[in-house]
Amino acid sequence: MMRFRWVEVSISVAFFIATLLLWDLSVRFFKVPAYLVPAPLSVGAALFDGLVNGTFYPHIAATLYAVVVGYLLGCFLAVVIGALLAEIPLIERALMPYIVALQSMPKVALAPLIIVWFGFGMSSKIVLVALICFFPVFINTLVGIRSVNPDIVNLYRAFSASRWNILLNVKLPAAASSIFAGLQISVAMALIGAVVGEFIASKAGLGNLLQASSMTMDVATMFAVVIVLAAIGVAGNEMLQYLHRKVVFWENRAHVATEGA
Amino acid sequence: MLKPHQAKQAHGDSPNPVLSINQMNLVYNSTRGPITAIRDLTFSIRKGEFVSILGPSGCGKSTLLKIVSGLLRPTSGNVVLADVEVKEPRPDIGIVFQQPTLLPWKTVLENVLVPIRAMRMPVHEYKDRAHDLLRLVGLGDFINHYPYDLSGGIHQRVGIARGLIHDPAMLLMDEPFAALDAMSREFMMDELQQIWMTTGKSVLFITHSIPEAVYLSDRVLTLSPRPGRVIDDIKIDLPRVRDVETMGQSMFGEYATHLRALFKSNTAPSTRIA
Repeated sequence: MMRFRWVEVSISVAFFIATLLLWDLSVRFFKVPAYLVPAPLSVGAALFDGLVNGTFYPHIAATLYAVVVGYLLGCFLAVVIGALLAEIPLIERALMPYIVALQSMPKVALAPLIIVWFGFGMSSKIVLVALICFFPVFINTLVGIRSVNPDIVNLYRAFSASRWNILLNVKLPAAASSIFAGLQISVAMALIGAVVGEFIASKAGLGNLLQASSMTMDVATMFAVVIVLAAIGVAGNEMLQYLHRKVVFWENRAHVATEGA
Repeated sequence: MLKPHQAKQAHGDSPNPVLSINQMNLVYNSTRGPITAIRDLTFSIRKGEFVSILGPSGCGKSTLLKIVSGLLRPTSGNVVLADVEVKEPRPDIGIVFQQPTLLPWKTVLENVLVPIRAMRMPVHEYKDRAHDLLRLVGLGDFINHYPYDLSGGIHQRVGIARGLIHDPAMLLMDEPFAALDAMSREFMMDELQQIWMTTGKSVLFITHSIPEAVYLSDRVLTLSPRPGRVIDDIKIDLPRVRDVETMGQSMFGEYATHLRALFKSNTAPSTRIA
């Protein structure tokens, strides 16, 4: 086991070094101009300048703020509205066509409209992030609650438990795994929303910095920003996976209440 | 907290049935017109009696269970439990499902306390009883385990303890051992007999296993295919405590053969052999 892990890590590190080397060599060999593809060292320098000298931090803060607030807002509304709608099948069926239509629409297409409504800056970014995060969580909440084992609901009903009690103590926990799957998808979506918002209208943020660097052909900084964005995405994903394991601790361990017959 | 009843005392003849079902009909409205699921069903269960309902699939067993537990109203006729007509979900009934459907995020102890929480009764007053019941079903050492640590047979024992936690007037069991493997099933039959003799609860046991019905019951009612009605009602006169040797007795074989024959000719008239 240990041996395989060791081999795995070495291959992974070797791949990284080989990519950097190949990148560096081809830039030198083919004489690619620095305004198209920068050498790894200049990207490293841009990254160093941004993170150690701190020129990136206001942008990282602006993007993270929009991502975190928008994500929390969108996901919270998605779980609440999803759970309520799952409780009222009649309304759910009536509204489903519209929900599907909204879901199929690319939400970033709404970005210009949102900027008209919410103006330049943070609030429109937060709204865009929330909107993009909403649907995966919303749909997964609906589906998760709908697939709860009816026997266990009947058991609670037979003891005259209130609807609210059943929703809170049975349906939501049973749907937790499905909800977390949606939350996971929305992490990546949140970053997309924030960056697109910043492309269109913003005074700060990593998307803003990307665009500004594009204007000045500062490709090394653009590479560095993309790397920072990837790092934020990876960190968000890891955090969510950790939360998922901690909250839905019973998952993947056989005999789950949503399994049905 | 558990009061161990003497078997004799608990099963003595009492004129008042704990459960009586009177001329009950249930008609479903489907897209292809009305379907009679249950027709003219009448039977009663005495206090402390263990009664099995035996019937082919589609004889309305699960419908009957829903009606008795108050989740469904019959089209006509009525159900009287502990002298009060069942018109809505009733807390004085314990249900054990085919799938024990434990909540995977709750420990064994918390799962047993689910009915108490659902009814918003004071949980602390039932903790001791939950411990006693878990000891009774042989799970004294598993109180703080989560369901995913445990096997299907153990799940069903938790299900039985959960069915008994609020001291219901009767226990309703819907093919509780159908999902278990053959070994666990035989083991659980003995366990259930023991639990029943200790608690003296009236049990309505729905099954389609003939040996299970004969082994466990005081009486076996056979239902016809849809629309379900009682076509046979026999008393099982085998001494308690029943064990492996009981199954070898000639009487056991006669009961089983009788019931099997009934199953084959679904329209057989009621023939009492006891």
